[in-house]
Amino acid sequence: MNLAAKITDLHKYYYVGDVPVKALRGVSAEFPEGDFVAIMGASGSGKSTLLNLLGALDRPTYGRYVVGGHDVSKLTDDDLSTIRNQMVGFIFQSYNLIAQYTVLENIEVPLHYRDGDPAITSRDRKHCVDLAMEVGLKDRLEHRPYQLSGGQQQRVAIARALVNNPHMILADEPTGNLDSTTSEEILQLLRRLNQQGRTIVMVTHELGIAREAKRLIYLKDGLITKDNTFNNTSAK
Amino acid sequence: MIAKLLRTVRLGFKSLLLHKLRSSLAMLGILIGVTAVIWLVALGEGVSFQVQQQIADLGAKNIIVKSVKPTAGASSGRGSSFIVEYGLTRKDYDNIIAAVPTIQRAVPMREIRSIVRNGSREADVSLIGCWPAYYEINHLSTARGRFLSDADVNERLNVTVIADETVKLLFPYQDPIGKTVEILANNKVDSYVIVGQTENRSPSASIGSSLKGRDYNLDVYIPLRTLRSRIGDQVVTTRSGSREGERVQLSQITVTVGSISEVEEAADIIDIVLGKNHKDGDYSITIPKELLRQAAITRMVFNVLLVLIAGISLLVGGIGIMNIMLATVTERTREIGVRRAMGAKQRDIIHQFLGETVVLSGTGAIVGVAAGFLCFPATAGILVAIEKWLPDVWTTFPGSIQDLKPIIAPWSIFVAFSIAVCVGIIFGLYPARRAAQMDPIEALRHE
Repeated sequence: MNLAAKITDLHKYYYVGDVPVKALRGVSAEFPEGDFVAIMGASGSGKSTLLNLLGALDRPTYGRYVVGGHDVSKLTDDDLSTIRNQMVGFIFQSYNLIAQYTVLENIEVPLHYRDGDPAITSRDRKHCVDLAMEVGLKDRLEHRPYQLSGGQQQRVAIARALVNNPHMILADEPTGNLDSTTSEEILQLLRRLNQQGRTIVMVTHELGIAREAKRLIYLKDGLITKDNTFNNTSAK
Repeated sequence: MIAKLLRTVRLGFKSLLLHKLRSSLAMLGILIGVTAVIWLVALGEGVSFQVQQQIADLGAKNIIVKSVKPTAGASSGRGSSFIVEYGLTRKDYDNIIAAVPTIQRAVPMREIRSIVRNGSREADVSLIGCWPAYYEINHLSTARGRFLSDADVNERLNVTVIADETVKLLFPYQDPIGKTVEILANNKVDSYVIVGQTENRSPSASIGSSLKGRDYNLDVYIPLRTLRSRIGDQVVTTRSGSREGERVQLSQITVTVGSISEVEEAADIIDIVLGKNHKDGDYSITIPKELLRQAAITRMVFNVLLVLIAGISLLVGGIGIMNIMLATVTERTREIGVRRAMGAKQRDIIHQFLGETVVLSGTGAIVGVAAGFLCFPATAGILVAIEKWLPDVWTTFPGSIQDLKPIIAPWSIFVAFSIAVCVGIIFGLYPARRAAQMDPIEALRHE
């Protein structure tokens, strides 16, 4: 079984003034390819910090983080950018689309930041259109974010996360701003992607949402207190 | 590389179009700055062109030697008590011709204030006794008839050529050729037949201290020899009861040399020759070439000053752009965070925001250059408006302003454009760096 990512004894300390805040105090886990992991925990438990580290937005204070064979712990800022671009796809609670761009242009954004700045080819464009189709935005390609519903915006975000074919999709409360029907649609989409072999790590604070995943990691005070694989998910 | 640049520029346009009013206001500062540079330089060039033209009209190869009336204290005991004798003599003229090896021509001239009469019509004019060559030296042209000829001078004929304004005063709506005028000078009256009329010529502006602006339009020309035999060297005028007079043989000698490089040496020789007989310094020597140089310096100083003023407005425009960009960066913190999360490197963010400022300032500069060309209609319009509605103000303007035609200097377009774009880069750099150095996590959390 190949690993999409592996964390070993991750520590992350912040300083608020002179007082150190230990957000993560030694977290270890493995994320096999094709896994669908939900991370839960009370606010302040360190789940956002863990997600930021997994997304290479930050470096751990101690410990090792390997994604796609690269040890992220000691990379420069530019290399972290490349890792985020190539290895990770982000989905945010508030979609975070770029307002002045159309759906298609939003999906293209990560292509602009590929290593070596290759130009966007017609093949890339077709890939973007295919992704938009895949997430169900066939007729919305030229729309702007404000012309779309929340669910549609999140679909754009998902397509954007997929465009560079990342090792891992990181979703931060992806249904947090959506009603239950739309949430269910988005979760279905994520599940479908997972069934296609995508590795997904999702932070949520709703157990009902977390149950859609294959595995649940529970964080408390910067430590993993539970790491369970649901037996029932495979039936879904 | 080019593709990336184009992409950055396109991206910049897209972001700027999002806030059209804000972007146009930011652009306006640069636009005004660029336009100001081009306009001011064009006006400065226009004025200095006229000045240069006037100096060139004097003849760059000419040395003008003039009689200068000594100040009261310095006047010598020559002549009787109320008659002042000074200035250049016919002997000086011969001496100059003998002493200057490079001389091509020396043209003497005598000028007296006098009154010209046609029946009841009178004009207060400058009566100029001259040679035919005077015509050429001063770039005069005839509107009617002819100028004085060698025969007129040699035979001391009572013929005259009168200037445009004088004709208007004495012969309104008439052809003056062949008519007779009376010329009053030195309390004597003589009749002269008009053989020609000169064309209107704009007065030369005064540059430097030694050369007065010369109005050619109220002149009356007669042969120099006629003047000498009819009027004489000594001219007495009665002013407020007391009589005063002066004895001057020649008012001016215009010496022409072979080339511009010989002007200064010739002028030195003339100064030495004249200095022997004129210890009281009752003459002046003017070299137009020197004035040309002075005018060139004036023009440079003028331009530097104008560019400085316009540069300040560009600076203000730059500060405006920086202000807008700082606001934009703050407002788009979240977007920056998203782009960073999607893999944008710090330099990508710098390029993005720098691209926006350069698009802003570049567009402002392009529109500014276009607006720069409006200085032709604008100047003409303003001048016409002043002439029409403020005639009193208009008459106080010197000719060089009245006839002002701006000349757009190509370098000013180039300079204004590059300064504007540089201002965009310099003032965009700080906001762009600030954007790039944000912590992506913080930026994503920004509301």
